[in-house]
Amino acid sequence: MNEHHHQDPPSPMALRVKALETLLTERGVVDPEAVDAILDVYEHQVGPHNGARVVARAWTDPDFRERLLDDATAAIAELGFLGMQGEHMVALENTERVHNVVVCTLCSCYPWSVLGLPPAWYKSHAYRSRVVIEPRAVLREFGLDVPERVAVRVWDSTAELRYLVVPRRPAGTGHLDEEALAALVTRDSMVGTAVLPDVTGGTGT
Amino acid sequence: MNGIHDMGGTHGYGAVEPGDAEPFHDDWERRVFGITLAAGGHLRSNLDRGRYELEMLPPRDYLAGYFERWFARLIKAGVALGFIDADARAAIERGAAPTAVPRDHEPLPAAALRHVARTGRPVSRPTGRAAAFSVGDAVRARNMHPRTHTRLPGYVRAKTGTVVAWHGAHVFPDSNAEHDDENPQHLYSVSFRATVLWGPDAPERDSVILDLFEPYLEAPP
Repeated sequence: MNEHHHQDPPSPMALRVKALETLLTERGVVDPEAVDAILDVYEHQVGPHNGARVVARAWTDPDFRERLLDDATAAIAELGFLGMQGEHMVALENTERVHNVVVCTLCSCYPWSVLGLPPAWYKSHAYRSRVVIEPRAVLREFGLDVPERVAVRVWDSTAELRYLVVPRRPAGTGHLDEEALAALVTRDSMVGTAVLPDVTGGTGT
Repeated sequence: MNGIHDMGGTHGYGAVEPGDAEPFHDDWERRVFGITLAAGGHLRSNLDRGRYELEMLPPRDYLAGYFERWFARLIKAGVALGFIDADARAAIERGAAPTAVPRDHEPLPAAALRHVARTGRPVSRPTGRAAAFSVGDAVRARNMHPRTHTRLPGYVRAKTGTVVAWHGAHVFPDSNAEHDDENPQHLYSVSFRATVLWGPDAPERDSVILDLFEPYLEAPP
């Protein structure tokens, strides 16, 4: 949150939301501490670092990778990352021949338990409307040009299955351990709007 | 319902902005998110009903913005359930706290909400019925246009695809949103070729996969 929000006069929406929260609190419909608690969960505890751990484990442990692709919910549970909007997980592995990308055209379904809350662009009307009809054009807007020989699979999250893309492991990472690998994995690469750059020389990032 | 929310394949919303990457733009958006989750069952009977409530907003309210529509949903639910009367609604609109509010509910405590976040609420359910389709089957999405909630997007209706996975039975959103009736149905991932959905100019190799309930599907003619 930017500092200037605390200095500007509150916007009409800020005042309306404050009034609503006051009403619902007095009525006993919400406990403001519960509001703080759920924000704490998704701002400070659950986030893309969870998904990155799943991906790094899949890269380094072939048995785990197999379990993840077979039953992602059970495999992710081994790492303790189940929860709301992650009750029924599916892992999608990118390969030389297939690039996977995830959307929810009908609302904003997203695998909270491994990626946290969705970025604003994922919920945008532009992304929701376009990525199913022109995925390659949308991916180019993310700076990703998928070669014609690679099939693009777009997964529209229309039920309660939640999708985690397993990006391809970058070249030049053979010497890295699981923790160092997890640090390379970005949120967008697990949604499918990015791929991970190869690691060259000694820079690592 | 054939509503504004069914956006797949529609035009006119402009370019995607990858730099717009934070979940929240402003503090009030955080509070709307938190209030919605913390109010839980006091304001909506289930997840599917909550989505249906967003879809039933007038299109201009839906398009006003993501957390603007979550706010509109909270107000609408509060009015429908009697938490918010005309005076309170006017006060909220002005940004003034309503006065003399009785405490007549018990909120979900913080610890309970943290617990739900970490455990979730699975929607898989047993069913006595056998699955009608198998992996590898060709299936056609029905040409159906219910006026009520459905998770069958318009852009695949009457199109033929292939079952690529079967997931057992899950709560059926159409009946759960409308009648609070879980009515479990078999769920399949169905792959549609991009050329089938979008015509011969679409890339031959590309496809779109959707998770579709058995009542949305039929054997192709």
